[in-house]
Amino acid sequence: MITNASIENASYEIMRQAAIDIPDDYLNGIKSVAAKESEQLSGFVIKTMIKNYAVATEDRRPMCADTGLPRYYVKVGDDAHFEGGFTGIERALRSATARATLDVPLRPNRVHPLWRTENNNNVGINAPEVEWSFEPEADWIDITTVHKGGLFGTDYRMLFPGDGIDGIKRFLLDTLIAFGKRGLCCQPAIVGVGLGGSKDTCMQLGKQAACLRVVGDRNPDPKIAEIELELKDLGNRIGMGAMGFVGSSMVVDLHIEVGHTHTGGMPMSVHTFCLSSRRATARLQADGNIEYRTDPKWFTPYHRRETIVWEGAKNG
Amino acid sequence: MAKEMLNEVRLDLPATPASIAKLELGSIVYLNGIVYTAREGVYDTILTHGAELPIDLANISNVNFHCSPAAARTDDGGYHIGGVTATASFRFSKYLERWLDLTKTKIIIGKGGMPVEDYKNIFVPRGAVYLTTVGYGTGALLGRGVQGVEAVYWLDELGIAQAMWVFRVKDFGPFLVDSDLQGNSLFAQQGELINKNIESLYAGLKAPALHRYGETGNRKKELM
Repeated sequence: MITNASIENASYEIMRQAAIDIPDDYLNGIKSVAAKESEQLSGFVIKTMIKNYAVATEDRRPMCADTGLPRYYVKVGDDAHFEGGFTGIERALRSATARATLDVPLRPNRVHPLWRTENNNNVGINAPEVEWSFEPEADWIDITTVHKGGLFGTDYRMLFPGDGIDGIKRFLLDTLIAFGKRGLCCQPAIVGVGLGGSKDTCMQLGKQAACLRVVGDRNPDPKIAEIELELKDLGNRIGMGAMGFVGSSMVVDLHIEVGHTHTGGMPMSVHTFCLSSRRATARLQADGNIEYRTDPKWFTPYHRRETIVWEGAKNG
Repeated sequence: MAKEMLNEVRLDLPATPASIAKLELGSIVYLNGIVYTAREGVYDTILTHGAELPIDLANISNVNFHCSPAAARTDDGGYHIGGVTATASFRFSKYLERWLDLTKTKIIIGKGGMPVEDYKNIFVPRGAVYLTTVGYGTGALLGRGVQGVEAVYWLDELGIAQAMWVFRVKDFGPFLVDSDLQGNSLFAQQGELINKNIESLYAGLKAPALHRYGETGNRKKELM
């Protein structure tokens, strides 16, 4: 039985880890981008950020004071037994958010959109967001938190089948150039591209592609994997580096996620996970152990399925 | 502009006109002394709603940081400052002329700079320059540079993110000089260099099936 207290403790711990410790995959990615950067200003920015990660870990301070909008992704195994029900998990996540905000400390970012009032704890109406996913033949619960800024670097466009790969490139370039100027989207970034689905699904897929896949991970469809690399290269050929200075450091990696969509359309979203790509995951095992990692492992084969039934799933 | 090494400058605050005049675009700057934070919450409180300045800024600090710290109150009545990161400055353009006149602020620090017209029309006549934070998001490095909180105003009314914080800082940085007393801008110069390549990136891509209201065809334009 997974206790409600351990769910809250694990959620609190990943809030702290995400805010302070840069994930290894992103750090290695940024180092390899830096090695290719020949421009002095852009290179200086990246070197300074690498120093910043070390200071954050050493001092146990947040790497970035903009907490972004802290949120959770929860994957529940089909055979997981946990106390308190699903609303109990939601309570635990809200409590962990509020406690971590005070203790780390994190900047309380969340305000009411109209009245600008706040609870000073990053909790409020529809906040933090919690997205749910399920996994067959598993008795654990995975909880991932992501702290991502949200003012710049994300956009959506309805493309059409006739726009094809040219349309995808055009919209990617538009987004990266527009938000890359002056470094508003805090590049070099992990870029997530959502293709298909309905409009809201398209936004969700692109965001998950940016935030829940590690640097170096490729889409299992080899043709999509090829497009990922082609678009990554395109982004780095813009001539723009960190802070919008001249350079080649725009994209650390680029991930595409797809969803079956309306026969007449090809919706596309672009998301940038920034120089402070903050994510951390806890796995709550059935025996009470908690394991921490930085790879959310969100996109399992089951998660990306296109069939009605799935081997190993309960299938009714 | 491409120099072999980036200059490094250490400024004692309040910054003197002579030390500000020496700042060159792209130089790296570290600060020692007192800086204060103010963004739309503070600007509105004073400039729109007419509240008095809580301290004599002209004599205490001439450095306005567009920043919201990750901070929390401690049990002993003090403050725990974790990370410190700037917010995008272009949104505060409309306040700055009156703010600089009122406070005699000479250095604005923030994220991403301001339009060149603001430098020429507002900053230069008042002997002020703009420093940008680096990254963005050197929250830990800047947090380490904050030695203590001298005072905080409107914390209850505006919240942690929007309150006016007065920080004592040491080796606070790095920042990069974006504007000088001639009104030049590093961001604008770099942007022009990048713009030269933009047309070629789109060469050969077919036109979109659907254009949209509000779309610009000119990709040399900035959004701000």
